[in-house]
Amino acid sequence: MTEELAFRGFEYAPAPESRSIVRLEDAYGLFVGGRWREPAETYTTISPASEEPLAQVGQAGPEDVGAAVAAAREAFAGQWSALRPAERAKYLYRIARLLQERAREFAVLESLNGGKPIKESRDVDLPLAAAHFFYYAGWADKLEYAFPNRRPRPIGVAGQIIPWNFPLLMLAWKIAPALAAGNTVVLKPAETTPLTALLFCDVLRQAELPRGVVNIVTGDGRTGAALVSHPDVDKIAFTGSTEVGKAIQRELAGTGKGLTLELGGKAANIVFDDAPLDQAVEGIVNGIFFNQGHVCCAGSRLLVQESIQQPLIDKLKRRLGTLRVGDPLDKNTDVGAINSAAQLQRIEELVAAGEQEGAEIYQPPCRLPEQGYWFAPTVFTNVAQSHRIAQEEIFGPVLSALTFRTPEEAVEKANNTAYGLSAGVWTEKGSRILWTAQRLRAGVVWANTFNRFDPTSPFGGYKESGFGREGGLHGLEPYLRFDGDATEWGG
Amino acid sequence: MSSTPVLPGGFELPLEPRLPRIGAVDQVALEERAASLAKRSIKQESKRFALELAVRMMDLTTLEGSDTPGKVAALAAKAIQPDPADPSVPSCAAICVYPNLVPAAVARVRGTGVKVASVATAFPSGQSSLAVKLLDVEEAVAFGADEIDMVIDRGAFLSGRYAKVYDEIVRVKEACAAAHLKVILETGELGTYDNVRRASLLAMAAGADFIKTSTGKLPKAATLPMLLCMLEAIRDVHDETGRVVGMKPAGGIRTAKQAIQNLVIVSETLGPDWLTPDRFRLGASSLLNDVLMQIRTQKTGRYQNPEYFTRD
Repeated sequence: MTEELAFRGFEYAPAPESRSIVRLEDAYGLFVGGRWREPAETYTTISPASEEPLAQVGQAGPEDVGAAVAAAREAFAGQWSALRPAERAKYLYRIARLLQERAREFAVLESLNGGKPIKESRDVDLPLAAAHFFYYAGWADKLEYAFPNRRPRPIGVAGQIIPWNFPLLMLAWKIAPALAAGNTVVLKPAETTPLTALLFCDVLRQAELPRGVVNIVTGDGRTGAALVSHPDVDKIAFTGSTEVGKAIQRELAGTGKGLTLELGGKAANIVFDDAPLDQAVEGIVNGIFFNQGHVCCAGSRLLVQESIQQPLIDKLKRRLGTLRVGDPLDKNTDVGAINSAAQLQRIEELVAAGEQEGAEIYQPPCRLPEQGYWFAPTVFTNVAQSHRIAQEEIFGPVLSALTFRTPEEAVEKANNTAYGLSAGVWTEKGSRILWTAQRLRAGVVWANTFNRFDPTSPFGGYKESGFGREGGLHGLEPYLRFDGDATEWGG
Repeated sequence: MSSTPVLPGGFELPLEPRLPRIGAVDQVALEERAASLAKRSIKQESKRFALELAVRMMDLTTLEGSDTPGKVAALAAKAIQPDPADPSVPSCAAICVYPNLVPAAVARVRGTGVKVASVATAFPSGQSSLAVKLLDVEEAVAFGADEIDMVIDRGAFLSGRYAKVYDEIVRVKEACAAAHLKVILETGELGTYDNVRRASLLAMAAGADFIKTSTGKLPKAATLPMLLCMLEAIRDVHDETGRVVGMKPAGGIRTAKQAIQNLVIVSETLGPDWLTPDRFRLGASSLLNDVLMQIRTQKTGRYQNPEYFTRD
């Protein structure tokens, strides 16, 4: 009997994480001033892996946004900005601990609503989200030391708009520094992934955060637009597409509101001929297939030195065959569901363009589920800089492989993009890592690793990848005003 | 890497058309990959499949100064029929003993399909002359050992005398005649994964049928990243030359869970072709009972008392 099984290979039986830990409401309101506000309109949020409806969620209109901003203003003017900084820190520490305690519940919900594999939401999203709250809690009463002689003060009400690829983690990146600096916030989660942000409201209740300090309004782009254009918002922090980022910047021009933008990317992952090949393959896979490639800093362009192209691509293709695509809640799943029908359509369109332009497509044999939104891991070889798939952000599990001959050519190709969020360098030579990193115009450069995040490390882009930094001390700065700021004089 | 050793003349010859690039190993990424594979959740029928496979791949081992014919007889009986209460549990692959005890082992397993492996070449340190090592091997083979587990000369390797290491393996392979040769690198003494990779390639170039992590006499032995590092070297040799080399982690594998993690790494690195006792062995002295206990738990749905399984 074992011979027969051995012939099939070592197939893993389903190992699903239980959904029972999550208790979903039928419908959610908007979290305004510490209370649930009944929205005028609602929409259905689904699981992208099955298209199963999960809950009704509010579509916040301009009045709802206005009420949220008013609640945030009142909380700011009232007790929050006057609170002793050490007291602010206590709330943040509480939130961090509660996220840790409820990590499994949040991880399951994140995978359910967003489609990402449970092993990622469990091992990456949740631990990092809690780490961000812990980290910024530590700064809350040390701002004078962080920015000596500059008299740091909170700026007021921050409007924050976050994307659907790391819903809870992006919420943490936004809320933790804002609160640590003494601001209040109105946050809009992404249209397709509102549920963990709504569950987070329960954490705020448990933490006894004063009413109105954090307000959460769900909805589509219209809700975001209402938040951006609201006159009583002091600062906008946006993470999302470059297109929307540009529109926000146009809208805010001349208003005096602060702005930070975390936008798209088309990162180069540069593999030199002396790199440890098997580990580089792991880095390439992690760089582009982590979270289905729905990562702004994804290593979506592979730049491989021509002399090792063949063995590296062979190894990469074989490795693709071991990726397990399917049920996001299965603990053995490596690649989950595409986040939405719209995103799937965009991926399909760009992949079709790649084939049409003459690049060579490779997809491993894999069975995709019938229901839901899925896309097989894809590698394009023979890609030229002039192809759309080498220039445009695909935001899916699609890698474009190009070659280079010399380090100069690698840097030139890597920088030859409208974006500049991240890059990777693979070589055994320390001096070459430094030489390359100095010349790459990217906010983050990883050496012999990829997609590594830490709350202490600033993250952000060059060029059309945006401006402003999140994480580290740098991440506090946009949420503070200082002596000598232009706004102090010009209002 | 600038410190890549100059390889001995003739190193390429046995592996025409060409050797894989010696290359480098990145410690952080290797350990990360091994850790992520260790998190695979293996359940139900796949768990049962893996556990039975682990039994079939096991080199049941005793390598003590206190070993006697009686002890070896008990070990042989256990290897032939690991679970007397459940005859459907398969036999182990081999029993692994010192050369002196090979005759006793051979007498006990004759006709059962269980093989006899013998350590040799001044195991475990390898600190003897080549003549002594060869005599050690020849004797074990003459006693009827099917497989020889040799140790490389780590002193020579660490002092850069790769040619000596290589030549010794070639000579031992000749002395093995029809017996299969497993080459123990003693990875715990090699210091870096780069060295482990080099030693793996060297051993395979010199004619190893299997490469093996450790003697079992050192605390840090068959770790998962070490296994992965050696499997990647085996894969590169196979890619370049088509030659099939087996792998045997040994030392420190004590639980069924570890055994399954080993099999997952083999499966996801080399594929199902390597999931056979001809190509993969688990060297262990105390692993078997935990695997048997898990098999019975899988079959009955109830956790078991360790006293239900024989101690040998």
